[in-house]
Amino acid sequence: MVHYWYNNKPAGVEPVALGLLKFGLRRTYPAKRHFPKAKELKRTYDVAIIGGGGHGLAAAYYLARDWGVTNVAVLDKGYLAGGNTARNTTIVRSNYLTPEGVRFYDESVRLFRDLAEEFDYNLMYSERGHFTLAHTDAALRTMRWRAEVNKHMGVNSELVLRDDVARMVPQLNMSEDVRYPILGALYHPPGAIARHDAVAWGYARGAADRGVEIHQLTEVTAIRPSPGGIELTTNRGTIHAGKVLQATAGMSSVVAKMAGFRLPIRTIPLQACVSLPMKPFLDAIIVSGSLHVYISQSARGELVMGGSTDPYQLYSTRSTLDFKEGLMMHMLELFPFLSEVRLLRQWAGMADMTPDFSPIMGLTPVENYYIDAGWGTYGFKATPVSGKRMAETVATGKVPDILAPFRLDRFSTFDLVGEKGAASVGH
Amino acid sequence: MTAMPRLAAPNGLLIDRNRPVSFTFEGREIQGFHGDTIASALLGADVKVLSRSFKYHRPRGPLTMAGQDANTLVQLPGEPNVLADRTPIRDGLVVKGQNYRGSLEDDRLMILDRFSRFMPVGFYYKTFFKPGLFGGGSWKFWEPKIRAMAGLGVVDLNHPHGYYDKQYLFHDVVVVGGGAAGMSAALKAAEAGADTLLVDENPVLGGALSYARFGPESDGGRSRMQALAARVAAEPRITVMTDASCQGWFADNWLPVIRGKRLYKIRAKAVVVATGSMEQPMVFRHNDLPGVMLGSAAQRLIRHYGVRPGSRAVVAAANSDAYGVALDLMEAGIDVAAIVDLRPEPGDDEVTKAALATGVTVIPGFTPWQTRPGFGMRSIVGVEIARITGEGRAEGEGHSIACDLLCMSTGYSPTAHLLYHSGARLEYDEATAMMAIRRLPDHVFACGSVNGVFDIAAVIQDGERAGWAAACDIGLDAGPEPAAPNRTGAEGQTHPWPIFSHPKGKDFVDFDEDLQVKDILNAMADGYDHVELVKRYSTVGMGPSQGRHSAITTMRLVAKAQGVSPALVGTTTSRPPYQPETFGHLAGRGFEPVRLTPMHHRHLEAGAQMMPAGLWLRPAYYGRKEDREKAIAAEALAVRQNVGIIDVSTLGGLEVRGPDAAEFLNRMYTFAYLKQPVGRARYVLMTDMSGVVTDDGVACRFSDQHFYVTATTSGAQAVYQHMLLMNAQWRLDVDVTNVTASYCGVNIAGPKSREVLARICSDVDLSAEAFPYMAVRTGTVAGIPARLLRVGFVGELGYEIHAPASCGEALWDALMEAGRDFGIRPFGVEAQRLLRLEKGHIIIGQDTDGLTNPVEAAMDWAISRNKPFFVGGRSIAMQEARGITRMLVGFELVDPKAPVPEECHLVVRDGIITGRVTSAVRSPTLGKVVGLAYVARDQSEIGSRFNIKIAGGRMIEAKVVPVPFYDPENKRQEL
Repeated sequence: MVHYWYNNKPAGVEPVALGLLKFGLRRTYPAKRHFPKAKELKRTYDVAIIGGGGHGLAAAYYLARDWGVTNVAVLDKGYLAGGNTARNTTIVRSNYLTPEGVRFYDESVRLFRDLAEEFDYNLMYSERGHFTLAHTDAALRTMRWRAEVNKHMGVNSELVLRDDVARMVPQLNMSEDVRYPILGALYHPPGAIARHDAVAWGYARGAADRGVEIHQLTEVTAIRPSPGGIELTTNRGTIHAGKVLQATAGMSSVVAKMAGFRLPIRTIPLQACVSLPMKPFLDAIIVSGSLHVYISQSARGELVMGGSTDPYQLYSTRSTLDFKEGLMMHMLELFPFLSEVRLLRQWAGMADMTPDFSPIMGLTPVENYYIDAGWGTYGFKATPVSGKRMAETVATGKVPDILAPFRLDRFSTFDLVGEKGAASVGH
Repeated sequence: MTAMPRLAAPNGLLIDRNRPVSFTFEGREIQGFHGDTIASALLGADVKVLSRSFKYHRPRGPLTMAGQDANTLVQLPGEPNVLADRTPIRDGLVVKGQNYRGSLEDDRLMILDRFSRFMPVGFYYKTFFKPGLFGGGSWKFWEPKIRAMAGLGVVDLNHPHGYYDKQYLFHDVVVVGGGAAGMSAALKAAEAGADTLLVDENPVLGGALSYARFGPESDGGRSRMQALAARVAAEPRITVMTDASCQGWFADNWLPVIRGKRLYKIRAKAVVVATGSMEQPMVFRHNDLPGVMLGSAAQRLIRHYGVRPGSRAVVAAANSDAYGVALDLMEAGIDVAAIVDLRPEPGDDEVTKAALATGVTVIPGFTPWQTRPGFGMRSIVGVEIARITGEGRAEGEGHSIACDLLCMSTGYSPTAHLLYHSGARLEYDEATAMMAIRRLPDHVFACGSVNGVFDIAAVIQDGERAGWAAACDIGLDAGPEPAAPNRTGAEGQTHPWPIFSHPKGKDFVDFDEDLQVKDILNAMADGYDHVELVKRYSTVGMGPSQGRHSAITTMRLVAKAQGVSPALVGTTTSRPPYQPETFGHLAGRGFEPVRLTPMHHRHLEAGAQMMPAGLWLRPAYYGRKEDREKAIAAEALAVRQNVGIIDVSTLGGLEVRGPDAAEFLNRMYTFAYLKQPVGRARYVLMTDMSGVVTDDGVACRFSDQHFYVTATTSGAQAVYQHMLLMNAQWRLDVDVTNVTASYCGVNIAGPKSREVLARICSDVDLSAEAFPYMAVRTGTVAGIPARLLRVGFVGELGYEIHAPASCGEALWDALMEAGRDFGIRPFGVEAQRLLRLEKGHIIIGQDTDGLTNPVEAAMDWAISRNKPFFVGGRSIAMQEARGITRMLVGFELVDPKAPVPEECHLVVRDGIITGRVTSAVRSPTLGKVVGLAYVARDQSEIGSRFNIKIAGGRMIEAKVVPVPFYDPENKRQEL
């Protein structure tokens, strides 16, 4: 009897959807790849998307699905969805402050709800209820503002006061003998978490199934307008694309500079961390702007936690000690019983902050070059809507109404979409 | 139950046999000794199952005995996920297992192990979310069930916040790892004059010398350890920290070290990483069961704790250390049934020869193929071996050897966590089959087996070399460079392919996550080729031990599947912390600064309810909470009718001095200051570069070149920083000093305030003519030197008195005494808000938002139109040219009986939001509801009506009225 180091040979069978039983009863692993193996770059594409994160992949997916544009290349200098898509804290919500913002993120939430079925891929989308705590009367005022705008726009949000918070989230320390007692919260029942990687993979698979090429380890090094489109130089050769979409969170200003225009963006590290897995004890998603804390418990039982952005600009994803010291000091004010719980891993992403805390989407000064940038700390939750609407923009050349407020030139015409008050944590 | 007899000294280095310790595990009393860890005491008492695995609930026992695996995670009261092989026992400690239903011994969820074939890699992604075979279950149905299965330990919601603290340390050289390499490095650096800290996570220095076998004789390690440790102890420049875990490397050699309840934060000029290497497990079927452990784990049990790890052993070997393990086992009285050597033949080193000389059975060219589980898989009863016929291939007829212990000694991987954190580059080295350092950052050095040096003499030389280099790096004269070792001994330490996948699986790559070989390969088959995607899709390396034992195997499997070198694949990134660390250590004592005004205790004595205002605490009102509304009304009434006093020490105070002081203010603020007369105050309004209102206050000109500028409580620090930043660009001849903390301030306000002040201020002419509204004076109040500002926020005659902070209580007391006959009453922030709203004064941050420009806020009177520049001026002009779209207006309710709208209730027209209420109150003085609101530009004319959407979605009508609501001719404040 000879045993090979691995004896399951790919069988090339149909993708699986029926459930666990199928896997168990099948002798060989169902091995239709979710995405094909890397190919050579072609010389020309109708559309090239710089950035293979959630947004870029979603745009590729909707280009193919909704607009029949399938001669598309998604280029990423690293691995699939390895940037901020892999580094966020997976929260989805639409309780923003401006009507423009609420409308936009609400569409995202609606898209998220149907994605799993659409992809045939479980995103573990889980509506937990989202509480943004208010510790000062100023914060309480902002929460009421958001609640009023949300309700007016048909989004489920409510200002809840101290006693209700205590009842709904009994884990919270409601003592008044702390530095920042809890006065109330903005309660947003649809607030959800999702398996962040899976969102990107689902889009990638859906796009690849429709003919989109995904090129990992492919770095764009030069961007030049050329007749009928844009020429992109990469480490794997030069390509010509009729249209280019830039979706490179964290490096947006650097890539835009390559394309020949400037963005009003400051790039600041944003850190997060995760605990060892524990039996579930916290269903709600808790955010405190005053304490610079956000926390949820994942499907694995890990606490996923973040804080405010770092105090300085930097194009780097290194971690700091200060971040977790400050975070935990505040975390224990909210949840004193966690002092013996253990942090497992920390990491950082790069947040592209705009002056008004809203993203930049749409046209650029460069013809045939479109942008999806400025995602600060809110990019993950906008993945479906930005992908869908940017695909529409690229395919038609026209900016849909829902994106119009987020145009790049709003900064020169003072048509800002002020969302600082809705940012989950301090900046 | 009583402990089993331990091995005689010198085994049991860490335990004190004269100090028995008793604790419970799963309700059963266990005896151990002082110095035992929970795991060593349990094994000493023949308890083999310490935990249940994450997914399949398989029984698990210690793998490393070094705190490096998730198999030993146990539950303490209020403390989940504790490493049993790191945590010392103490009398009365209550220890439980984790992640089981029923009991740790009989976990009902172990049924999941049988269903593992139904749970392929990524199965969560593929199932549970749509109608299907499982009873029409959707994700909403399945999620709570799956969620209930998640996690390991249990959190106690009533567990009290433990005490933790922090300490800073500074050293020339910090050496992490106190083994032969680290001690040698520390000695060399210290001898060169470096103030050196030597950190080790174990209770004693020595590293592998304390438990492994060096040479044919049993005490080869101990003698070297004692010699080095004695030199370290005698070296005054070395500080030793044992039981201390260096948790990470952060920029500029910033090292967090946890010992006991303290987090040390250490800055080092140079760091020497001497953290050694981690022995790596093999992969074969049932390689995870209790009784299967690393050779080094067995050695730690013997030498550190005097515990016999089993009674009959098989050693899986691929290096000479395995033969040392066999010798150690035999000397501990354990029957070594066989050494199964993966290599074609054993080595010819002294240790191997000594082992062979014992006549032990050696089976070269074979591998463990699977272990034979005992009852309930709670132990092993034997191992089946097979002949190796190629890389990862084996052929056999199920030749079985009975044993209850299988030691794996087939290779190492550097403990390179800190190096990865520091940005060092490591690469798989084909010659040694280990990761090797290719590049180190500045001021970071490595030595010993983390640096690929294994031969003990070479390790010591390498340590001296690193210590010398660190000393030179910080500028010390450390003498000539020590000779480099001529051989590293790294070759032949690590087998390149100790992976034998079994057709029936349960060949675990990752014990934390219960991942088998096929899971890794299937992740790639699903299209997740990149090693980072393999990790994210399969979750390999994401568990509590963070890939310590799975990363290398994963890299090999990925490389092989793709037909490339492991060097090309690499491993996933190692991120801090090195070991899981408690939130309490990171939080420390939770110091949260609070700023208190000099009169703070007077407020408390007067029964004030304090509220946070930025970093400060301020009185909200004076009185009991249940009397809140009454108290606020009474305070406001006192100000309107008699006199009130409020502590305004929290306002920012900035001294602006120099020939360019007026020019500086002219640029920083919207108003004009060049011609402001000495002795006068003028309103200041600050905008940022986009024209957004950010702060306000008053500028008091005390001389031609000296302004005293106030800022809002929460804005003061930012205003100061902004001023410094701007002046760094402008380079005006001006000096800005933040004197907020140096001054206290009180505002006495009300028609009687002049009479009160006159009683204790004789050197300033307080008459309306000599000291009019918006004038400033210096003088003394109750003998205290003071700056007097005739300004007011509340719309009554009033004075702000700014005095040295040290005189705050005296000033307060003097004013209260002087005002007693006039019915003076302290008032808080709430009454002040009411009074200022009656007067129509805005509060920056409440009546403005992140986009408000001064024109919208009806503050265009505060913009100087004929000066060339101020910050934000250009933006304001552009916005005016473009057209202002909203205005802040004063309003009253059309229906006087309508409820008071709340702040931030929306102004809605035809379903479109056109603005919002920013302030609203039912004014006792005016007898009606007044407020401020943003409305559309075409709703802002006096008399315009608009709708406010209040609670419950009801609309109420309001009309625009002029401000101030109270005393529109400003007669009262100008009395």
